[in-house]
Amino acid sequence: MTASAADTNAERAVRRRQQDDRQPGPATFAVTLTVLAALLVVSATAGLAIGSVQVPPGQVWGIVTHALGADWTTPNWSAARETIVLDVRAPRVLLGAVAGAGLAVVGTALQALIRNPLAEPYLLGVSSGASLGAVVVIVFGVTWFGPTSLSVAAFAGALGALLLVYATARTGGRITSARLILSGVAIAAMLTAVLDLLLLTTDRGNEARAVLAWTLGGLGGVNWDTLWLPSAALLLGIGILMVQARNLNLLLAGEEAATTMGLDVARFRARMFVLLSLVTGILVAATGPIGFVGLMLPHIVRLVVGGDHRRVLPTAALGGAVFLIWADIAARVVAAPMEIPVGVLTALCGGPFFLWLMRRDARRNTDRGGA
Amino acid sequence: MTGTELVVDGVTLTAGAHRLVEDVSLTARSGEVIGLVGPNGSGKSSLLRAVYRVLRPATGQIGVDGTDAWSLPARRLARTVAAVVQESGGEFDLTVLEVVAMGRTPHKRLLDGDTPEDADLIRSALAAVDGTDLAHRPFDRLSGGERQRVLIARALAQQPSLLVLDEPTNHLDIRHQLEVLGTLRRLSATVLVALHDLNLAAYYCDRLYVLCDGKVTASGPPADILTPRLLAEVYDVTSEVTIHPRTGAPQVTFLPQTPHLTTPVEADPSSS
Repeated sequence: MTASAADTNAERAVRRRQQDDRQPGPATFAVTLTVLAALLVVSATAGLAIGSVQVPPGQVWGIVTHALGADWTTPNWSAARETIVLDVRAPRVLLGAVAGAGLAVVGTALQALIRNPLAEPYLLGVSSGASLGAVVVIVFGVTWFGPTSLSVAAFAGALGALLLVYATARTGGRITSARLILSGVAIAAMLTAVLDLLLLTTDRGNEARAVLAWTLGGLGGVNWDTLWLPSAALLLGIGILMVQARNLNLLLAGEEAATTMGLDVARFRARMFVLLSLVTGILVAATGPIGFVGLMLPHIVRLVVGGDHRRVLPTAALGGAVFLIWADIAARVVAAPMEIPVGVLTALCGGPFFLWLMRRDARRNTDRGGA
Repeated sequence: MTGTELVVDGVTLTAGAHRLVEDVSLTARSGEVIGLVGPNGSGKSSLLRAVYRVLRPATGQIGVDGTDAWSLPARRLARTVAAVVQESGGEFDLTVLEVVAMGRTPHKRLLDGDTPEDADLIRSALAAVDGTDLAHRPFDRLSGGERQRVLIARALAQQPSLLVLDEPTNHLDIRHQLEVLGTLRRLSATVLVALHDLNLAAYYCDRLYVLCDGKVTASGPPADILTPRLLAEVYDVTSEVTIHPRTGAPQVTFLPQTPHLTTPVEADPSSS
């Protein structure tokens, strides 16, 4: 082969690689958001319609618009159906959307803050910490903070677990995936053991059984009165994270580089840890620990809209909401009339995803080492 | 935009009980390109880390235009001082443009969007390192040399009046080494750069500081300080220094220490 032919081949290879590598622009982002928003409406409708009593989508919308005072059909449904849609299913669908969105943004931010693609509240033991906090409140009947005692304790537990995992996994300013996951697993195991011990030795047998079901993660049992706190936590979390999106981006460059671009990394991370623990704690108090949503969504979203947090955060939030609504529909339907905890289903999809991600990262590192 | 004056005054850096850098003083006047050379582990990177505000001096001061760098908030300092560090980033799919755009962050308030001026600055920073073609590629998939150029572009997008670089020519091929250093030379900003290659340092820097075991062994214009004696003392190598007739800069030739290699070897006809 002549030198010039080799050159053109090489050039062609480079050009092909450049085309393959071309990343999505702002148009993709707008389209993605629109599609996801539409999907969210469809999913919510499905969530209200599907169950032991099937309600046709048209009637779902009739009931919802009637309740909002904007009738578009004349009411022709029974009061029982209205109760099922508005008081049983609607809070549940909303909680699913809120929890899915919340877990997805928490996972996104955690991955940037710890600079590790495998970071996720459930895998790091943060959810276990929150569960333990909540269970301590239930078992010992603590009510120092009135009705929000559960959430406050879950927040404290989440923050404690996160700091513990972070401190034990970090050596020489760096956290390797292996160390992070190992300390997450170990600390989650310890916290869960303490939690089980508390539940098994408590005198309140019936409550313990209810709590045990709750620790599997589920959206049942929510009502309109308890929905406001998770919703407020989600709005607060997304709001602050969106404001800090540029700084989250800086962390992708590395800690030293982020410092040279004006970020006080230690202080920023401390504040974000508190925020993420707060959101996780409140969500876990409401739903129990639901795993892998915070792991899967950010990665899928980055494949579509790229890595800039100004795009990843809103997309992950919408995607997480859609995902968890459907996971909950599946939880209600697959073994009807029995209901499966939604956490069991998310783990069922999330486990294989985690393994795939781990293999992909290992491959990438080998590639880079060889280059 | 003029260059910042950097005054490092009696700085000692420690890691636990270990002294990384001891009582080092260094001055870079506005617009100068100052080279930091010395063997591995001599404290070059540590000293740079103190200047870009990652490693806090145990004693001494880092003066940036007369203000102690460590008394300024990180964001304020980042509008004056940019750095290209050795640490590599994470593995999150950002495009080259997005990486370079990060450099604009210290000039932005929290909710500011990217303006057309930002886009221009980002493009021209990328053009300065011959990286225009890389704009839409994912940063993760670049070669080592391409990454290094993009990181320099990111620092340029920060519009610094003092640019600190830790071995920016690592991983670069010769052409890009010359281009990158040429770019630094043309900046109006003051430049403090750690370099391994003494010949490049001699050609591109106004003055050099030679670090050895955490102390400044020599400093001054390259032609004054690069002597066989100094190189023997600092690097423990035998060398010859001549003034290159074309560049006018000192040219260091290292002489192998194994005696039989210093005598010409007979050409072996069977190997050619």
